[in-house]
Amino acid sequence: MPFGRKPNEFPSHLWTQCPNCNEMLFNKQLARNLNVCTKCEHHFRLGARERIELLVDKGSFHEHDATLTSGDPLGFTDSKPYPERIAAAQAKSGEKDAIITGEATLGENPVILAVMDFEFMGGSMGAVVGEKITRAAERALAERRALVIVSASGGARMQEGTIALMQMAKILGALARLDQARLPYVSVITDPTTGGVLASFASLGDIIVAEPGALIRFSGERVTSGTVGEKLPTGFGKAEFLLERGFIDQIVPRPHLRERLAFFLTAFRAASQDLRWSL
Amino acid sequence: MSMLDRLTGTKRTVDGNGHLPVDANLITEPAQLASRASPWEAVQAARNIQRPHTLEVIGRVFDRFHELHGDRGFRDDPAIVGGIADLDGRPVVVVGEQKGASTEENIARNFGMPHPEGYRKAMRLYRLAEKFHLPLITFVDTPGAYPGPEGEERGQAEAIAQSILLMARLQTPIVVVILGEGGSGGALALGVGDVVLALQNAIYSVISPEGCAAILWRSPAEAERAAKAMRLSGPDLLELGVVDALIPEPAGGAHTDHEATATAIRTALAAQLAKLERVPAADLMSARYERFRAFGASAEPGTAASPPPPPESWFGRLVKRMTS
Repeated sequence: MPFGRKPNEFPSHLWTQCPNCNEMLFNKQLARNLNVCTKCEHHFRLGARERIELLVDKGSFHEHDATLTSGDPLGFTDSKPYPERIAAAQAKSGEKDAIITGEATLGENPVILAVMDFEFMGGSMGAVVGEKITRAAERALAERRALVIVSASGGARMQEGTIALMQMAKILGALARLDQARLPYVSVITDPTTGGVLASFASLGDIIVAEPGALIRFSGERVTSGTVGEKLPTGFGKAEFLLERGFIDQIVPRPHLRERLAFFLTAFRAASQDLRWSL
Repeated sequence: MSMLDRLTGTKRTVDGNGHLPVDANLITEPAQLASRASPWEAVQAARNIQRPHTLEVIGRVFDRFHELHGDRGFRDDPAIVGGIADLDGRPVVVVGEQKGASTEENIARNFGMPHPEGYRKAMRLYRLAEKFHLPLITFVDTPGAYPGPEGEERGQAEAIAQSILLMARLQTPIVVVILGEGGSGGALALGVGDVVLALQNAIYSVISPEGCAAILWRSPAEAERAAKAMRLSGPDLLELGVVDALIPEPAGGAHTDHEATATAIRTALAAQLAKLERVPAADLMSARYERFRAFGASAEPGTAASPPPPPESWFGRLVKRMTS
């Protein structure tokens, strides 16, 4: 720690403490390093807009369905009505819901990109996330582009009940068509991805990559611990654990993510020239 | 009117309530119910240990049934059962989640909570149905997929995802019947069909009412309120379109008369299979896609064609956050 100061002496708008190595990081430098700790390479979460900027060829991204916003299919109220929660999340984030979709090129490969944002209601999947991903898959099919989905989500959105659950079947119906048309779908799993998002599209890519240290599990920590009544070993349910168990292809550090995706997409395109999924 | 109804001519908008006599025993509008159980009563009824469970229903509904075991990879999961059965001389593949009728049996069946190998066994049987053009009938009855570490280790999420994907693309008719509890993704892994039916007092939800209460109300004791808000009971599911029709239960509930319940299920299944058999495979696949594609409930103000704002760089946003 520089100058021997205590963490609370660092103004939080200027400095961030790494939860892994406790290093105090200058925010500007952290951002320049793609939100990866400069000392221990801990991957901080990345917002959807930043993620898109990181992945696509400069200036190639055009957003789709930017105005889609959630209804209230159940008329759901807990301590607050659901529409108020949505409005608050929208005001806080400046986004309409927990996902941004659009078209872009990635290493000159034409793609449809869908990127989730954990900051918006825990990245939860309701009808808007389901609709935007389904439209993304349908567009990829119609325009013969590859589909790349970056997930970061606590799972299905409780406030939309079974309608949220049905999004899993809706999205996978569209992914099945993409698969039958032999169009590539790459799943990028980031911290954290759990529940209904992991139990649907995130687990199904032709290629599945994850970021280092990402929490990736079906059930929440408390649920799992509750069923066995003991503490789980450290690293249980992290990306490295899933790699070892054979559920993901690779762990890719953030600075390499773009070139790695480009490599796979280019390879698939080269082998599929006759299928013309290129532009 | 759904695409499937159009294809099969089951509903006609012009004549009366539009239902053919084959559907007459089913409840397709909440108004057809004499009384509406409270959501919490439905939760209790759906979980009643004396309610008929999958193997018993199979035994009463079908003329013959031979169980098929194992996922061919790891083990035979007792929380999912399946096999080949015979309904009025028509062979079908049946797969269902199995709860126990006693504490002992429930422990053996893991309370109807499947492990990944259970879903992989189910998928093996789905493929069998497709390969030999046999209709697939699934019975849903689970509090949810097993959330323990063994499940995580063996890919619970992957197994459920693959199972949903396979059902979405399976080229054979599928009828889903929710018998008791439809617990989230663990239920949906058996829940993608051309027709989705539920027993009158069955429930279907994205999370258990207790789980929802613990997260949103910060107290599992609020489960009753959560159950109401979640709209998980039969009439709610009809209104939301999550199930196509309810199968009526005997007056005191399914647990009071297993035989009458099974007869109602049998009548419903026979009618649905007769209907689905007339639909060409390609049309069936389109109708199934459209059925699930329709769950939108999102509004779109303004025009979709409005030019998107130029994306702001993460660096720019960070600088803005720092200086604000």
